[in-house]
Amino acid sequence: MKYADIVHRCFRCGYCKFTSDYTDFNCPTYRKFRFETYSPGGRMWLIRAWLNDEIKNSKRFQEILFSCATCANCVEHCVFTFSEDLVNIFISAREEMVNEGIIPPPVRDYLKNIKINGNPYKEPAAERGKWAEGIPVETYSDQEFLFYVGCVGSYDERAKKIAKAVGGLLLKAGLSIGILGDKENCDGNEVRALGEAGLFQFLAEQNIASFRDLGVKKIITLDPHAFNVFKNDYPGLGGKFEVYHYTQVLAPLIQSGKIPLKECNIKVTYHDPCYLGRHNGEYNAPREILNAVPGLELVEMERSKGNAFCCGGGGGNFFTDILGGGEDSPARIRVKEALDTGAEIIAVACPQCAKMLDDAIKSEELDDRLAVKDVAEIVTDCLF
Amino acid sequence: MNDIAQSLTKIVGEAYFSDQPEEAYFYARDPGLMPPHKPDYVVVPKRVEEIQEIVRLASREKIPIVPMGAGLALTGLVIPLKGGIVIDMKRMNGIIEVNEGGRYVIVEGGTSQGLLKAYLEKNYPRLRHSIPDSPATATIAANVMIHGQGRLTQQYGFNSDMISGLEVVLASGETCRIGSCAISPDWFSKGAPMPDLTGLFLGWFGATGIITKVAVKLYPRKKLRDVEIFITDREDLIPAMVYELTHTEMVEDINVFAQPKPMIFKDNHHITMFLTGDTDEEIEFKRKMIWHALDGFIKSKDGGFMGVPPVMKPTLLETPQRSVSRFADVKRGGGFEYSGPIIMVDKYAACIHKVIELGEKYDLGYSGMARIIGRSHAMMYGFAFTFNRADPDMMDRTRKALHEVSEFALEAGGIFWKATVDEQKMAMAKMDPNTLGLMKMIKENMDPNGIMNPGNWEVD
Repeated sequence: MKYADIVHRCFRCGYCKFTSDYTDFNCPTYRKFRFETYSPGGRMWLIRAWLNDEIKNSKRFQEILFSCATCANCVEHCVFTFSEDLVNIFISAREEMVNEGIIPPPVRDYLKNIKINGNPYKEPAAERGKWAEGIPVETYSDQEFLFYVGCVGSYDERAKKIAKAVGGLLLKAGLSIGILGDKENCDGNEVRALGEAGLFQFLAEQNIASFRDLGVKKIITLDPHAFNVFKNDYPGLGGKFEVYHYTQVLAPLIQSGKIPLKECNIKVTYHDPCYLGRHNGEYNAPREILNAVPGLELVEMERSKGNAFCCGGGGGNFFTDILGGGEDSPARIRVKEALDTGAEIIAVACPQCAKMLDDAIKSEELDDRLAVKDVAEIVTDCLF
Repeated sequence: MNDIAQSLTKIVGEAYFSDQPEEAYFYARDPGLMPPHKPDYVVVPKRVEEIQEIVRLASREKIPIVPMGAGLALTGLVIPLKGGIVIDMKRMNGIIEVNEGGRYVIVEGGTSQGLLKAYLEKNYPRLRHSIPDSPATATIAANVMIHGQGRLTQQYGFNSDMISGLEVVLASGETCRIGSCAISPDWFSKGAPMPDLTGLFLGWFGATGIITKVAVKLYPRKKLRDVEIFITDREDLIPAMVYELTHTEMVEDINVFAQPKPMIFKDNHHITMFLTGDTDEEIEFKRKMIWHALDGFIKSKDGGFMGVPPVMKPTLLETPQRSVSRFADVKRGGGFEYSGPIIMVDKYAACIHKVIELGEKYDLGYSGMARIIGRSHAMMYGFAFTFNRADPDMMDRTRKALHEVSEFALEAGGIFWKATVDEQKMAMAKMDPNTLGLMKMIKENMDPNGIMNPGNWEVD
């Protein structure tokens, strides 16, 4: 296994479980399950035990590894020099399990659906571009930017609305964008995170070839997960593109007045998506957009930016639900934290977070007190 | 699933019960060097009533129970030596009450040091507790249980001296309140002026009861905090220097460290003094008092103040100091263990000579660190060795070095802090027989079935 020479170096001191100021346990799986085995240190020690044949690949071991939301809180707060590799170590262990062919059924099903259908929803590719109905966005030919929406934005009903809001704003600002529509394919971020390295490489190489053939130089992504994989993993496979999350493009456009906004007297708190924040260090662009809305009051949750608490959807959990629900599910904890700020809206910049938090609000029966809106939806609501 | 597993599941809920190999593996060991031993079950209860039921079940079925905080003592205190049930306390992490005027806080038995620190900083910025340098996940209850030390130990003694009340679950499953809280709603005294019963539980490592609530005293948090370092190559003068410093009563905390690497530290001893104040004037006054206290040593050219580099200050001023954990990976091996006997300050030179001798003898990375307890009443001297967890030979050499430390410490008049089972045996072998008899009587009466963390403090 890659990183096998590192796993013994974890002291299991537990800093990885916390925020930087120790306000609370911040590892979503540890917060949910509460056995040390579900913490990053627990995983490190168990992976070593597994490699040394002291424990077997069991159903529980699979749950321990595949419930990790790859949120990178451990990367942010581990005190050791190998901290940067923590999530990679967990993914490498998943790779070994995938290679063994002994993985949880929901992971197997997810990977199978991607392989067969190119998306986890088992939907035809022809449906991919339907989110764009009603807005004048063209199929990519020679536009300046490819607007890549991804599986969730293409098929999930909630996320499709977000895709439409983002697409609409980019067009309104006069950006030259095109979409792939039914030619779009899975970006592979979750495939990689779930340990199917071969399938990931296949998807990535296919996408890279397709982008190259079309002459794509610049990509705007809807989803931070796609942003992450295009920015950090595709270059290693020869796919070097200028990659932006949509908030990074939108922020300067709004600040320069290219998208005029009316006054919106709303109180908003912003939830940092892990793949935009901790994985890629982008904390400011979404906040700059929100702060540019006249009348909008932005309040921070107790845990934000590098300390943000994950919604629990990362690392494939959005699809596999191995981290699961219940009162201690990360998304339900997160919406209660948002409620404590007095905000009426949780702003997100990730369609997966939007869906996770939406569902949590329903479970907590907070529908009449709190709503989840993507940053782009808030801006759209506040257009002149 | 057997009857015991079913009963435990019923008590804590399915999600918080495990008899699986993964938990058995993990909870069989701590980060130190003690041999592992697997529990049969691990549970993570939420309420005192659940612990009471677990203890009653264990008592009925004669199953060992081991309460566990973060398991960071490194000396195997929560390794279930005879199997049974490990009770991971960390789901009971509430802060029950802060009495601002009376300067105390009541927390649950699994509340972490980090959580309390964050809570006080946010809600009571003028109050603090004596936070140790163990990782932030270490629990307050376990720390006082082992007579831990913290940032305020030089001023107020062991962290266990700062207890102002306990709630414990006895081996019978009954809860019992210790201190003023036994007869009053207020948790301001651990015993005085009544009989102090905390000694029936502290230092026993759970062998007499399980702490489910603890009240600790809080102290003024000053607005400013700074650090000074006095360097000397005269280890024989350290006790005199510390004596002068403690006489000023101006210092928050005093640590003395010596280590061979980096080169800048080699062959020197660094007295690290932390100062607090509400104003610059207060800090400067204290700084002057400290300088005056050590003036004679400067004049005799036996030492001097080192300008603390700006890059070093945040590391030193951080609480807890994350750098302490980083020591574990000096050899890129994730291992670190220390023996920390409580010993007279006048043994400082002998201690540092010993740690150097053992580091060289066993070819180990080492560090020596003293934390002054009280006004030079004693010190915890940490003989710390770092090892590579993937190198069995190095681990074995570390064990041997630590064993030699134990023998040395006892010989030098010290007593073991968070004693390993072997150290417990060494201590009991040397102990006044009447004291030993008293311990035996207490243990037998408080734990008649021998189910409470068995293997620890067992008098033959």
